Amino acid sequence: MTSQSLLSLSAWRVWQRNWDVFMRLWRVELWPGFLEPVIILLAMGFGLGAFVQPISGQSYLQFIAPGLVASSAMFSASFECTYGSYIRMSFQKTYDAILATPVMVEDVVTGEVLWGATRALFSGGVVLVVITAFGLVQSPAALLVLALLFLQGLAFSSLSLFFTGLAPSIYTFNYYFTLFITPLFFFSGIFFPLEQLPAVFQTISWFTPLTHAVNLYRALVLGQVFWDLAWDLAWLLMFTGIFVVLCQVVMRRRLIV
Amino acid sequence: MSIIRARGLTKRFGDLVAVAGIDFDIQEGECFGFLGPNGAGKTSTIRMIYGASPVTAGEVWVNGKDVRRCPREIKAAVGVVPQENNLDPDLSVIQNLLVYARYFSIPGAIARDRAREVLELLQLWDRRDSHTESLSSGMKRRLVIARGLINQPKVLILDEPTTGLDPQARHMVWQKLRQLKAQGVTLILTTHYMEEASHLCDRLAILDKGSVLVTGTPSEVISQYVGEEVLELAPRPEGREAIVSWLEQHGLETELVEDMIYVFGRDSSGLPQPPGVFDKVVRRRATLEDVFLRLTGRALRE
Repeated sequence: MTSQSLLSLSAWRVWQRNWDVFMRLWRVELWPGFLEPVIILLAMGFGLGAFVQPISGQSYLQFIAPGLVASSAMFSASFECTYGSYIRMSFQKTYDAILATPVMVEDVVTGEVLWGATRALFSGGVVLVVITAFGLVQSPAALLVLALLFLQGLAFSSLSLFFTGLAPSIYTFNYYFTLFITPLFFFSGIFFPLEQLPAVFQTISWFTPLTHAVNLYRALVLGQVFWDLAWDLAWLLMFTGIFVVLCQVVMRRRLIV
Repeated sequence: MSIIRARGLTKRFGDLVAVAGIDFDIQEGECFGFLGPNGAGKTSTIRMIYGASPVTAGEVWVNGKDVRRCPREIKAAVGVVPQENNLDPDLSVIQNLLVYARYFSIPGAIARDRAREVLELLQLWDRRDSHTESLSSGMKRRLVIARGLINQPKVLILDEPTTGLDPQARHMVWQKLRQLKAQGVTLILTTHYMEEASHLCDRLAILDKGSVLVTGTPSEVISQYVGEEVLELAPRPEGREAIVSWLEQHGLETELVEDMIYVFGRDSSGLPQPPGVFDKVVRRRATLEDVFLRLTGRALRE
């Protein structure tokens, strides 16, 4: 794998294929993206939030809003690069068809990761629009969330594709979601400050990717940006760099026989 | 000039030897067939030709280029019709072609012209906006062939092009393939239909257990391994022994299979029919199927 192939035109051909399919279906796929954050904001923010004291001076609704941008992006990239990629790889044989053209395995993998990140950007962006409509965005710095969504998308897409490269069957993804993605959703500081947890759990949480995305988005949405956010950004960049390489290795091993 | 050349081509999966160091040359513009029972190494061989499967040992050149050094260039010059119809079910018929053309970096306007051309050639233009799932199996197969032609390949590789098709669809595919050959496209196909091989192939190789048993034109191979004529005898059980010894006395080449006796005649002078009572006697020309079964045996391959 060379740096040239990482961003070769062929990888974008794979991205474009997924984009074309998405454009056939976007009218159907878009609305759940808007409705889901509205439902969570209504249920958790207004419903549950009525019984919760303000957290660092913020209403509960305000507290959870930025984290929902991150969780939506996480779910979107993870579904796309587990179930979505696995179906294309094993059931539809889309990769086999593509690999008979000048496109190489590394292009397919890169294209899938870029596409997963794009889906994360769309999903997170939709939630950002929704929380803006609810009046929960306090600073124009929130626009930077869009750029970070793509990075967070790359992190979760490459991690998910790494898992897909190892998954013996499509049912294995139940474990990935139950044992990994769902705990991240609850223990990454979206619904309560991590300081509520015993110290060991706080440490574990720091080593998972969603926590850093939540920290970054909350700071940007509230306009409270500090230098220690650089750690969150550096952490996400490093994690992404590692899994972008690892997913290439395992997918290569799986697809080239 | 040979457009494809393989020397000592080998494919191993762990301990399993799928292709055991074979040599072959395929000439530009000919139709070359790989025949063999299941597991003979046909698919592994052609997958190595277009770079989908790494070569374990040996060498294969396509159009003068080493597959291991120039996979992108070779894949750009080759069209592939895989065994399984891996059409994109998320896309319509025409989108399947346009998206595929984009993998070859064919500009949009040219891709649209070519898509129309190949869909018209394979009589699918009227179905261009259909979902691929709504196509019959014959239409799907034709669409996969159309897709394999979108980059105007010099070489079209077809893995079992007509398996699962009804006779009408099969004959139409054959006719289209002959048309492509007439246009100068080199065709490489695998099949286990002997009729298909004798119909289409200028030359063929019979593979078994990863090795080439024989290479030649269909008629060369038939006359070399079977001869001209075959007599199929279904004797009554009580007279069977006498017939077999009569055939032996006359020095005839025979094969005994369950209740049947096959007698092979090397020339066209006419085989004598042994005396006795028969349920059935068929006298026919020798075919590739006779060669195939004589060389690879009658045991089932599963």
